[in-house]
Formats: sequence, structure tokens, C-alpha cells
Amino acid sequence: MEFEAIIGLEIHVQLKTCSKMFCGCANVTGRAPNTVVCPVCLGYPGALPVMNAEAVRLTVQAGLLLNCRINLFSKWDRKNYFYPDQAKNYQISQYDQPLCLGGSVGISVDGTEREVRLTRIHLEEDVAKNIHFESSSGVDFNRAGTPLMEIVTEPDLHSADEAYAFLQALKQILAYGEISDCNLEEGNVRCDINCSVRPVGQRELGVKTEIKNMNSFKGVHRALSYEIERQKRVLSGGGTIVQETRRWDDVAGMTQSMRSKEYAHDYRYFPEPDLVPVELTEAQVESWGATLPELPAARRRRFVEAYGLPDYDAGVLVAEKRIADFYEEVAQACGNYKAASNWVMGETMRALSEANMEVDASPLRAEALAGLIQLVDQKTLNMPAAKEVFQVLFTEGGEPKAIVEARGLAQVSDSGELEGFVEQVLEAHPQSVEAYRGGKANAIQHLMGQVMRLSRGKANPQVVLDLLRSRLDG
Amino acid sequence: MGNLHLETIESLQAKLREGACSSVEVVQDLLGAMEAVDGQVGAYLSVDAETALAEAAEADRRRADGKAGALNGVPVAIKDVLNVKGQPCTCGSKILEGFVSPYDATVVKRLREAGAVLLGRVNMDEFAMGSSTENSAFRTTRNPWDLSRVPGGSSGGSAAAVAAREAIASLGSDTGGSVRQPAAFCGCVGLKPSYGRVSRYGLTAYASSLDQVGPVTRTVSDAAALLQVLAGADPMDSTSVDAPVPDYREEIKLGMEGLTLGLPAEYFVEGTDPEVDAAVRAAVAQCEALGATVREVSLPHTPYAIAAYYIIATAEASANLARFDGVRYGRRVEGQDPIEMYGRTRAEGFGPEVKRRIVLGTYVLSSGYYDAYYLRAQKVRTLIRDDFAAAFGDCHALIAPVSPTVAYGVGEKTGDPLQMYLGDIFTVTANLAGLCGVALPCGFTAGGLPIGMQVLGPAFAEEQILRVAHAYEEATDWHTRRPALVEETVSSRQEG
Repeated sequence: MEFEAIIGLEIHVQLKTCSKMFCGCANVTGRAPNTVVCPVCLGYPGALPVMNAEAVRLTVQAGLLLNCRINLFSKWDRKNYFYPDQAKNYQISQYDQPLCLGGSVGISVDGTEREVRLTRIHLEEDVAKNIHFESSSGVDFNRAGTPLMEIVTEPDLHSADEAYAFLQALKQILAYGEISDCNLEEGNVRCDINCSVRPVGQRELGVKTEIKNMNSFKGVHRALSYEIERQKRVLSGGGTIVQETRRWDDVAGMTQSMRSKEYAHDYRYFPEPDLVPVELTEAQVESWGATLPELPAARRRRFVEAYGLPDYDAGVLVAEKRIADFYEEVAQACGNYKAASNWVMGETMRALSEANMEVDASPLRAEALAGLIQLVDQKTLNMPAAKEVFQVLFTEGGEPKAIVEARGLAQVSDSGELEGFVEQVLEAHPQSVEAYRGGKANAIQHLMGQVMRLSRGKANPQVVLDLLRSRLDG
Repeated sequence: MGNLHLETIESLQAKLREGACSSVEVVQDLLGAMEAVDGQVGAYLSVDAETALAEAAEADRRRADGKAGALNGVPVAIKDVLNVKGQPCTCGSKILEGFVSPYDATVVKRLREAGAVLLGRVNMDEFAMGSSTENSAFRTTRNPWDLSRVPGGSSGGSAAAVAAREAIASLGSDTGGSVRQPAAFCGCVGLKPSYGRVSRYGLTAYASSLDQVGPVTRTVSDAAALLQVLAGADPMDSTSVDAPVPDYREEIKLGMEGLTLGLPAEYFVEGTDPEVDAAVRAAVAQCEALGATVREVSLPHTPYAIAAYYIIATAEASANLARFDGVRYGRRVEGQDPIEMYGRTRAEGFGPEVKRRIVLGTYVLSSGYYDAYYLRAQKVRTLIRDDFAAAFGDCHALIAPVSPTVAYGVGEKTGDPLQMYLGDIFTVTANLAGLCGVALPCGFTAGGLPIGMQVLGPAFAEEQILRVAHAYEEATDWHTRRPALVEETVSSRQEG
């Protein structure tokens, strides 16, 4: 029998705000446990939440970027459940009146483009982090209260590839909108999967399982590939799927049932009496929409028009916002748009990928790369020397000119100085001279290489070539 | 020992200004009064005498430096539900035994900024759930007028301390009458400000949409003086309202003339103690004599108020009290896993009334029951609010009894929670509708127990109800009477 998979995702995205969702604590990571906390995010008696307006703005902007309808009236609700990572044992969330409704994300899989519909986007607070030691457990409340946006999709996805493409597209838009850093390693984006399969042609949905707390897109792909096959196998064998929550075991490469009573919840939602509803005006939403950053498609068009780049280059450069920003800085600082594109797409992206690093985390600065490009354009550096300088800029940072001087890499274009090298090489390689004169034009490359070697890479190749030709052809 | 503990805020401020006494002497006299009567009354849970005296000395220094604030050197007792940095905040519960608060409630901060001295922590029903202070996990507080009777609740300690003259004034909290009813039982003035008038930041929540902090004092003028300092928007409380704060102490002097007072028919009904009914009616007549116009009004949805209140309050409480789980602070009873730890901690930490309300609140919010209970109760709440809006279309304030009874015997109603709930019938409506209300003495029973009446006003019209109450108080002397046990503390040497 032919089966089809029906997949819906719930994506939790930490917002890039200055402070937490309901208190004044900084929204930061990497601090010692329980040092970024206060009576509010620790749930002390008498402490009250105050809404972070910046988080509301970012969520509305995300809604605008994702084609949602913005609810001018939305409200807060308490979601009740006991767990040690919850300071109040209820989470402040939005139940029946979220900030954004509907929406869509365009994806492209195997050359087919289509829209994945969103159900809603709401705002809530993140929980703390439970840490397990050998014989005890601890809770780090630094993360508690981080603004968390939950995006819920319609059951519109049908394969692991589609889910993966959707998450990539979503991440690109949110990073572009500066809604979130979308740093997966930091846990900025986490995902719950709902998945069922049914025989092709059947109208009603199959029984679904839920896989919670996925923190990598590759993990989502693997988990879905496994789970879809598992469900097909069970149904083909005449079995039934149990509605349950399953856990993805990344090491074993399989999902496992977690039949825990904790998950049989009645959350007893009710309106949060400590907060007032969120009331927005059309004008406010409009002004937030007007300050939205340019999205990838528009930026790609602009790169082609404004910088005269081939469409291919533009596509590669805009894929990640930080790279596109970096490119623009380099291009504007050096004025040679195509060279900038070559350096960013080539050396820079290769080095970043080898170092597994984000561009803003590397010591390489845009103006330094621009300076390097200018040195090449001014013929102060030849390519091999430029690549050597780049390596230094990438690993240590610094000023390209200073590096050129310190390493003595400046190109030698003085023909007087180079003539001596040419003379030496012609004498030492009579066969190549013979070959060239015999019609093998390529032989001149070998001779050039020898001159470059003698100059320790500093010779201006064009001058060398001219000198060689005038000697050999003359 | 002197007699400074007998003063009101107003009279004390005059003496402090004139240099007739120091704040340290005031605190000393109050500590002396506690020594003399608190063994019998049981109003206080904890008193840090050393810190109070140090704060008083500080206030005296400020006065000498010409930097006296609005309440400089005035001692105020604090209900144990409000957070004071470095002090315990038990909320009358074993589950918070040993907890020391890391921060000041906004009202406490404002008192400090005005120069007040924080005197000590007064007893209450556990988590403010109760009407007699018998639900405190720590001690039974007695009514200073008759030690065999309750002081009312949940702010029973706040009212008993003021009535027994072991506090000049105190702060309480009112969720369904918890300031007004004990004030009435103890012959004090108790003010419940409009919802949003006073910040709730640092007030341990019972029912967030109903809770308000309010003062308990001996006179209306003193209540106005405290409200002046407490009122106003707070960025830490989103439900506090940025409405202008009038000069209460001046506004209350405008007199009764020209005011229309409403008598809600549903608050003068059978079942109320005849002595209470008669005293409140007499007070209404007195108001009329003072120049007010009196008319009857109707609040037709009153019969549904108790049910709506106990659904909404317990629903909110079930979530508010979920944080007491033994993980971060307070009492912890270990278990095999977190769930068992929660169960054991809460089983041992909470008393029976708190558990009853958590179970009730959890039930009314449960899937399948939400619409029938919580949602319906919210609709009733809207109807009650509309009732009051219609009534206030015709009058400036309403007059009613605070409670159908006067103070009852200790243990008399503990076996029947429902009877106890019904005693809140005249007070819960102001909380449901977000109104302001002030309770003040309007007579005594033949047996010598205080009777209270309440003046209810529209939201953010505190100056209006205080004006009515002040005009009445000026014309009567109920507020000047003292319980017999206070006489033991009166020094004949200084008593003129």
C-alpha cells in the first residue's frame, strides 16, 4: 500500500531582545548559573510580570514577514503545569488570542516551489534549564523568562525533506528580520514535530505521534525519516499507531516511546490577571512594518542591479544575512563589487566553513578585506601573496598593509630588479627556452614559475611575462 | 512608659513636628504596649525591635536635618503577606517558614521613602484565605474588645494591633473584605482602595484580579494620610492605573453637604444581626442630618456575588500558589522525584483551608468545567459591575453594613466553611467590581462589640468615600473608644 506522511511543526524561537519577557534581567547566554535572575523570573512571592514591548514588536514583525494577520487585540493566559524548570509552575503564554494568525512560508524542494501555511504565532516565556549531576539535579534560571515565540504550522508538510526546507526558509526569514539570532547551537530555535501517516487516498488523518524538543534541523530530518518509516512499517504489518509523545535518540538514530503520565496534561488555561491585554493600533503595526529589513529575494535583485553581480553570486551571497551584510560592507569599502563577491564567496566562505564559524565571530573585518582587494587592484599584491595575507587576516586580524610590510610581500614590478632573475632562469632552463621557441607556448609558464620562485612570490607576474616575452620573442 | 502608643498618625505628627516627642520614644511606647497586651491579643508574628528603633533614630536625625518625609517617624505594622527586604514573609503559612524576602514591596518602598518606620509583621489567615485569622498556621489572634472572639480576617493582626493600641496604623490586604471586615470587628477604619490604585508588587498574591493593599487606622484622616503615600501607578505592576492622585487629606474636609448617598436594598436584608442593621441605619440618618441626600438603590445581582467570588478567587489562587513547591525557597520535604517532592511539600506546608481553595480553584478551571464555572462567574462579575455603575449614576457613594454579624467566638464557625464564606456577602462585591470602600465604626452592641459600616464609591473616587466617612466620624465619637485591655497600658503619670 502507498502511504503519505502528514507533518506539522511547532517551532520555538528565542527573540533577540535586550531584556527578558516579563522582567528587567538581561537576555544573555553563557553566564554562571543563576546569576541573571530576579524575584520575577524566579517566581518569588509577590513578584509581578511586566510585558516586554520589544518582544511584542519583534513578534508582530515576524508575523508581517511571514504574511500573518496581526491581531490588534491579543491577551495573555496562564498555562498550568508543575515542573522544576518552571518558576511559577505556570507559564505565561497566549492561548486563544495570539498576536498573529495565519501566514505562510515559501519552500522549494526538488525544484518544486510551494507555500506552507502557518496556523498562528504567539508569544510566551521560556523555561529554565534542568541540569543533572551524578546524584542530584539543579536548575539554572538564567534562561527562565527569555522571550519565546511559538510558530505553529498547518499539517502541510509531507516529507523530512520538506520539513527541513521549511525550517531553513523560516530561519532565513527570521534571521533577516533580526527577530532572532537563530543560533541552533545556543538553543535559539527548538522544534516539536507532529507526524502521522495514512494510505494515499484516505481522507481522514492517521493517528499522530509527537516528537518533542528537537534542537537541530538535521535532527528533525533524521527523526522524521525514521518516524515516517516506522509508522508505515507498523501499519503495513497490520498494527496500529499509539497517540503518544516520542523522544528522538540521536545516538541510536531512532524515536522511542516516552509513556509518561506527566504528559497527560490538562493545562487549565485562564486569562493572566497580572497583565493587561495587548492592544495595538493599525498605525503602530504599519510603522513596525515600515522598519522591516529587506528580505532575501529583494536583496538578491538589488545585488544584481546595484552591484552588477551575476544572479548566481547574488543568490549565494544573500542566503545568509550575515554574509550578505559582510559582502555589502566589503563592496562599498573597496569599490570593486565583483572582486568583493569573489573574495567573499571564495576565500571567506571556504575559511568560515573550514573553521565552522560565523562571519562575525572571525577576526576578519570587512574593511580589512576591502583593503586587501585594493592592494590587489593597485598591483601591490599578486594573488598568491594576497591569499597569504587573507589567511593572516582571517586567523589573526589586523591591517593588510602592515601585514604586507611585515612579511615583505609587496609585489616587485621594477623591471631592473626582475631582469636579473629572468636572465638567471633563461640560463638554467635551456630546454624550456628551446620548447617555447619550438612552438610550445605553455613552456613560458614554467619559466615564469621559476622567476616567481626566485622573487619569493613577490614579482609582478605581468612584468615578468612581458620581460620573458621580449627576451624570447625578440 | 509614656502614652505615645495612644496617638493617631495625625496627632503624632503634630507632636513630632513640635519636638514634643521623638520617633524613638514612639517606637519604645509601642514596644511597651506589645509587651503588655500582645500575649493576650496575639497580633504580631515577628518584631525586629532593634531595626525598628534604628529606623526611628534615623527618622529623628532626618527631622533634625530638615529632611522629614510625609510620614517621617510614623511606625506602621505590616501584614505578613507583604515583602520587606531582609524580613520573613510567612503569609501565615508553614510553607514559607524560614523564608527571608530579598526585596521590598512597592508599598513598603513608598512607606520608607515617606520616612515611616516598619514596626513588625502582623498575623493573618494563611495566604489571606479566611475571615477570622483562625487559619494562621502560627497563632490565634484575639479581638481586643473581647478576647474570646475573633478579630476578623484575613488582616486580623493588622486590625487587632491598631485596636489594642500596639500599632498606630498598619497595612492589610483586601481580596474579598480582608481589610474592611477585621476593621469593623475591631472598631477601626479600614480602606480598600480601588483596584489599580495601589501597587500590588510585593504583595504575595491570593487572587490577583481582586487583591488590593489597604491601610487600617484609628481615624479616616489617618487612612487618607497613608493612602496619599501608597497611591499611584507603579511600573512594576501592569494593573496599577496611572490616574491622578488627589490631595486626600484636604479633599476629605469638604463635608457631607451636597452628597447623595445610596442604600442598596440587597444589603439591608433579613439575616443581618438586628443590632448591626440598626446601627448602620442610624448612621445613615446621621449622614442625612449632616446634609446628605439619601436614596434607595438596587444591586440586583448581589445574591450571586459569593459564588462568583469563590470561583474566581480560588481559580486564581490555584495558580498563584503553585509556585510554593519547595524548589527555590521555603519549606521542602524531599521525595523520590520532583512530583513526589511537590506532593509532600505542599501536603505538609499548606493548611486545610488553603488546600480546600486550591482544589476548588483547580476544579473550576478543569477542562469541561471551565465554561460552567469560571466563565460564568466572570459574566456575573460583569453584571455586578454594571449594577454598581447604574447605582453610581444616581449617587456619590453607597452605605452598607460591612458584615452581617459582629465579631463571633473563636472556634464558632471553623467547622462550617460555607457559613464563614457567607459572612463576606457585603464585602466581596467591591472587589469583584474593582471599587473602593472604607469601613469605619458606627456603634457598639449592647455587649460592647464594635459595629462597622462601609462607604462604597466608584473606582478611583477614594476622596469621595473618605469625605463621607470623615464627615460622619467628625460628628461621632465611636472611634475614640478604647478596649478595656488598653487601659492597662495607659500610664496615669502622663495621662491628662
